[in-house]
Amino acid sequence: MSLDIATVRRIAALARIRLEEGELAQAQAELNGILGWIEQLQAVNTEGVEPMAGGGAVALRPRPDAVTDGGIADQILANAPDRQGEYFGVPKVVE
Amino acid sequence: MHPTDFTLRGAIDALNEGVISSVELTQAHLDAIAALNPRLNAYITVTGERALEQARASDARRKEGLTGPLEGVPLAIKDLFCTAGTLTTAGSRILGNFTPPYESTVSANLLRDGAVFLGKANLDEFAMGSSNTTSASGPVENPWSRANDPDARLVPGGSSGGSAAAVAARLALGATATDTGGSIRQPAAFCGIAGIKPTYGRCSRFGIVAFASSLDQAGPVARTVEDCAILLKSMAGFDPKDSTSADVPVPDFAAACARGVRGLRIGVPKEYRLEGTPPEIEALWEQGLAWLREQGAETVEISLPHTQYALPTYYIVAPAEASSNLARYDGVRFGLRAAEPGSDLRDLYERTRAQGFGAEVRRRILIGTYVLSAGYYDAYYLKAQKIRALIKRDFDEAFGNVDAIVTPATPSAAFGMDEKQDDPVKMYLNDVFTVTANLAGLPGLAVPAGLDAQGLPLGLQVIGKSFDEETVFAVGAAIEQAAAFTALPRLRAGA
Repeated sequence: MSLDIATVRRIAALARIRLEEGELAQAQAELNGILGWIEQLQAVNTEGVEPMAGGGAVALRPRPDAVTDGGIADQILANAPDRQGEYFGVPKVVE
Repeated sequence: MHPTDFTLRGAIDALNEGVISSVELTQAHLDAIAALNPRLNAYITVTGERALEQARASDARRKEGLTGPLEGVPLAIKDLFCTAGTLTTAGSRILGNFTPPYESTVSANLLRDGAVFLGKANLDEFAMGSSNTTSASGPVENPWSRANDPDARLVPGGSSGGSAAAVAARLALGATATDTGGSIRQPAAFCGIAGIKPTYGRCSRFGIVAFASSLDQAGPVARTVEDCAILLKSMAGFDPKDSTSADVPVPDFAAACARGVRGLRIGVPKEYRLEGTPPEIEALWEQGLAWLREQGAETVEISLPHTQYALPTYYIVAPAEASSNLARYDGVRFGLRAAEPGSDLRDLYERTRAQGFGAEVRRRILIGTYVLSAGYYDAYYLKAQKIRALIKRDFDEAFGNVDAIVTPATPSAAFGMDEKQDDPVKMYLNDVFTVTANLAGLPGLAVPAGLDAQGLPLGLQVIGKSFDEETVFAVGAAIEQAAAFTALPRLRAGA
C-alpha cells in the first residue's frame, strides 16, 4: 500500500506537525520506503495469536485512589513558555 | 596510573583505601572532559561545580564512616534522565530549555548510593537513532578510529552514543543509558565497552523522557562487565511511581560475574546467521562460543523462527508508542513554543512541533500516527503486536532448553559519520541482533570481544531469561575474561 500526497497531508495534520508544500514529496517517499519494508509482516500467519500489548511479564497492579501530591503550581509552571499567573497562556480559543 | 584509568570497581577500592579522594577523582574527570569534549561532544551539559560540591560532600560522608556502594564515583547521566535543577534536553530542540523540577528514580538511586554526576551525556534526539547524529546538540564522535584511515570520523553508535563515548574515552567511570531497540548494546559494542539492557521492569522508567514505553529500559554502560553489574544493582529496584516496575528482589549482580559457566547450556540461534555479515563477526561469534565451551559450557543450536520479522515489527510498535508519548510536546506547558503573530492554537501546535522536532523524530511520529489511524490500526499495529507475541514465544520455547543465548552484538563495526544517512531503513538494520530482546522484554548484554581488521572493537551479545541477569553477567564475564580485551581508543584521557 502506498501513500498519496493527500494522505501524507492528513497524517501530518493528525500528528499536528506542519509540513510545507515543498516538504510533502520527500515525506511521502520516506514514509512509503518504510511502509514498503514493513509490508513483509503481512506474510506472517498470526491466526489465533493474542496480541502482546505491554513489555513486561508482570501484571499491572492497582494502587489506592488517593491524592499523593499537590500544591506545587510553581514547579509545574516553571517551564511554561507563556505563564500567566497560575495559568498556561495560549492564543485565544473562544471568540 | 592516571585517575581516569581506574575501572569503576578499582576506583571504589582506591577510594575505600584512601588512595584517592572523590574530589581528586572528580577533578581528574572534569579536566579530561575539558580537554576532550570539544572534540568528542559526548556531553551536552557539564555540571562541574555541582560535581565538585557532590564530591566534597562525599569525602565528608566518608570521614564520618558513611559510604554508599557508589560513594564518590563520578558518572555521566544520559540526557534523557530528568535531573532536578539541571537542563535535560533529550537531544531535542523542543526540550532545549527544559529544567526538570524532579529527579528520575534511576538517577535518584545513584545519588542515594553516593555517586557524583559529571554532566548530561549526548544522545540521538529522543533516543531515536543508531549513530548519535540526530542530536540537536550535534553529533558525537567515536573515540576509536580505523588503523588505516585515522582521520575518518566514526559514529559511536546510538542512541546512547554520548554515554558510550564518554566511558570509552575515560571521561566518566560509567554512565546511565537507555535501550529501546539496541541503544545501550550497539553503542557499547561500537565503543569497545560493556553495557546491559536489563529485563523490562527491572529499572524504573519514572523521570526518563519516554520514547516507546513498552520497550524502553534503563541500564548502565561501563568498561567492564563487573562495573555494569555494580551500577545496575544501584539503578534497579521496585518503584511505585512506574506502573510497570517489577516488585522483585535485586540480586547481587557483581557476585554473579564470578559464577563461571560450567554446566550452562548456551543457545546459538541459527536465524542470526545473516547473509552479508562480515566474516570477522562470524569468526568472533564462533570464537566466543569456543571460549565458553573451554570453560565448561555446552553450546546448542536453537531456532528463533520469527527473528526476521523483529525489526519491521519494532518499526510499527516503537513509532506508534512514540507518536502517542510525544503528543505532550505542544508548546504550552514546557519546552519550545513557535508561533507567528496571529497564530491560533492549532497553528501554534503545528509550528512548535515542526520546528522543535528533528527529521527522524518527525518521520517516526508520522509513521506512528499512520499505523494507529482509523482503518489501518488492525493491519499494522494489531498485526505487529501479534508478531511480537510470536517473537516472545520463540524465546520462551528456546529458554526451555538453554540457560542463555549468545549472538553478535551488531552486524558491523562503527561506521563513518557520513555513512547510512540517506536511507532510514539502512540505519534501522543496525539493531537487527538487539531489537528482539526489547520486543520480548529480556535482558541483553554487550561485551567487547575482539577487533576487526581496522582495529575497531566488536562485541558479542548475551541474552538471558526474564529477570535472570545473573546468568547473563556470568556468561558475559566469562567471555570478557577469555577475550582479554585490552585495546584502547586513540582519543582518551591520559593518552
